[in-house]
Amino acid sequence: MKLKVGYIEIRDIMTADKAEVRDGVLYVDTKALEAIALEDEHIKSVKFDVARPGESVRITPVKDVIEPRAKVEGPGDIFPGMTTKVATVGSGTTHVLRGAAVVTVGKIVGFQEGIIDMTGVGADYTPFSATNNLVVDFTPVDGITAHEYEAAIRTAGLKIAYELGKLGKNLTPDETKEYDFPSLMEGIKKYPDLPRVGYVLMLQSQGLLHDTYVYGVDMKQSLTTMLSPTEIMDGAIVSGNCVSACDKNTTYHHQNNPVIEDLFSEHGKTLNFSAMIITNENVYLADKMRSSDWSAKLVDYLDLEGVIISQEGFGNPDTDLIMNCKKIEETGTHTVIITDEYAGRDGTSQSLADADAKADALVTAGNANQVVTLPKLDRVIGTLDYTEKIAGGFAGSLESDGSITVEIQAITGATNELGFSRLSAR
Amino acid sequence: MGKFKVVHYINQFYAGIGGEEFADHKPEMRDGVVGPGMAFAGAFGDKAEITKTIVCGDSFFNENLAEAKKTLLDMVRAEKPDVFVAGPAFNAGRYGVACGTICDAVREELGIPVLTGMYEENPGAEMFKDKLLIVATKNNAAGMRDAVPKMAALALKLAAGEQIGASIEEGYLPGGTRVNFFEKERGSRRAVDMLLKKMAGKPFVTEYPMPDFDRVEPNAAVVDISSATIALVTSGGIVPKTNPDRIESSSASKYGEYDISGVEDLTPESFETAHGGYDPVYANADADRVLPVDVLRDMVKEGIIGKLHDKFYTTVGNGTATKSSKQFAAEFAQKLKDDNVQAVILTST
Repeated sequence: MKLKVGYIEIRDIMTADKAEVRDGVLYVDTKALEAIALEDEHIKSVKFDVARPGESVRITPVKDVIEPRAKVEGPGDIFPGMTTKVATVGSGTTHVLRGAAVVTVGKIVGFQEGIIDMTGVGADYTPFSATNNLVVDFTPVDGITAHEYEAAIRTAGLKIAYELGKLGKNLTPDETKEYDFPSLMEGIKKYPDLPRVGYVLMLQSQGLLHDTYVYGVDMKQSLTTMLSPTEIMDGAIVSGNCVSACDKNTTYHHQNNPVIEDLFSEHGKTLNFSAMIITNENVYLADKMRSSDWSAKLVDYLDLEGVIISQEGFGNPDTDLIMNCKKIEETGTHTVIITDEYAGRDGTSQSLADADAKADALVTAGNANQVVTLPKLDRVIGTLDYTEKIAGGFAGSLESDGSITVEIQAITGATNELGFSRLSAR
Repeated sequence: MGKFKVVHYINQFYAGIGGEEFADHKPEMRDGVVGPGMAFAGAFGDKAEITKTIVCGDSFFNENLAEAKKTLLDMVRAEKPDVFVAGPAFNAGRYGVACGTICDAVREELGIPVLTGMYEENPGAEMFKDKLLIVATKNNAAGMRDAVPKMAALALKLAAGEQIGASIEEGYLPGGTRVNFFEKERGSRRAVDMLLKKMAGKPFVTEYPMPDFDRVEPNAAVVDISSATIALVTSGGIVPKTNPDRIESSSASKYGEYDISGVEDLTPESFETAHGGYDPVYANADADRVLPVDVLRDMVKEGIIGKLHDKFYTTVGNGTATKSSKQFAAEFAQKLKDDNVQAVILTST
């Protein structure tokens, strides 16, 4: 499968009567976007706001971050099975409004959501301090369930990002990259001497605000399966989770999966990127055993020499991670795992909830329990009402001067386990 | 700003007194630098000064531990340095243990920042690397040129009370404390590079060596469950409504002890979950799903178990450090024992 991705650089977002991209500025028509959000009967109202890099702005509680993309040529459309028809994506041409993001904000269950600071020390920990963010703050109609509300926000966010993405469809990209993911046999013929490498992407699938969707399928209802990495670039995987936001993959992270990017950069040079496997992280032991068995079976069948396994989340999914690693190593395949740590606020506790001697090659995205004090910022988009209840917050987190002291696990993307950022620990 | 004051500890060999035959040399304190102190003085420049050097024989230290420690602590106390530096000991075993022991004592008892240096296989490194900053050195004195600049830089940071970075940045042996820092390459790139090395059979360094996992053997089965008092303990975060003790939704710093005498059923009006790591909707609708009080009450009535203990213990397992969990459990396990509870049902989520 071949995908050409054209990047259109966005350096600012402004509201306007006419939606368009002009000279690197994304002009958004919030009235039209509001109408799209309100198509869902569960949403009472929406507020739009723009947060730019360097501004004294705090966004919280964050649900998802989505990059606007458009399918220019080739089958299917962005977010297949979610907000567009089911059809295999991942080939042809896709345009990206790079530097822009849609950030959805809402208070679904009263805790567990992320923080994005656009400046100050908090900005160092989140990649979304570097994007121009169109923030959409949702209010639900009265009396709907948490599950209905979550689905409504998730879908509306995707639709808004889709709408913005379309504005880049007919533009000339500033940069174009080509991703070629050949069939198994083609790859072997083309690179007979290179080690065949796969990627096992673990997806959070533990229930409300802990789910991930693949072509519209709730991943907890799927067995371990395969797809082309280019499909993921076209929005085949979307996020439905944000709890302990530090190590949850937003939709943006999926669209820009760095492991895929870095494997492609070595593809045909030092390795042959041969397989993209996705698996889930369910809460039941039987599911964990079955899914990790399946990951190992696929790796063994494909006769891969090495795989990278990335985790999503911590604690309970540490078990899935170790099961995947151990079983894949037992097939004779080398593994490297990417995870993060919960070593306590003082860093002296054991970092993982499960361990095995076979997990001898580990990349860490840092200790999520590290405490950080985020200064008061001039403007809050969303609300600080839940600061002490979010994962990573505690009694006393919100100071009277407006600063907040939290573990970095409260910050969206701080210890992302796709290896999206540079934070680590020793 | 004045210079920081440094006290340096070395053994009889590095003081030029002699080798093994002089190893019972008694502790003495000299003014200024002695032996490797010269190199440190050069590295400190005008930022710090070694005002005193303490010399002690390795055998004397290790064979007269209490006396040596007391004498040395008195010397350091009298001088009140900003930082105490010992060694480097390279791979000299008794010297390494002495450096580690005296550093630990100075830090613990005098509250003065300390630093030493040794080879990773020095027995003193194994003993103290979880408690002290030990700069990694080569295995013999030829590594002095390498060790001194690293130790001097770190000593200055310690004296100034600056934050110490991760082991890989500062050059100390990784110990029991995990420290965050920003790498040059993002994680995914490091993973690809590590995999390429691993597949090629080349050396690579994992970023977190697997811990020795603390596995607990279950106790023997309760002989007669029909007369036993059973308690409920959960990491599922079930708390009385409004979470009176404000147990955190993740990374809990505490546990709760709550009375359920007379409670037949946990209702949505009276109990909820504080846990942030799972879909709370079903636990909030009926907390018995996580903490099965209703079922155990039935079992008491049916004569299957003797009694349900009047109190339950609860915390949030989500992102909570295993060290904290261990400490909570040690406390309430004692309370359960004191209350003559025979068995505990532990529920997670």
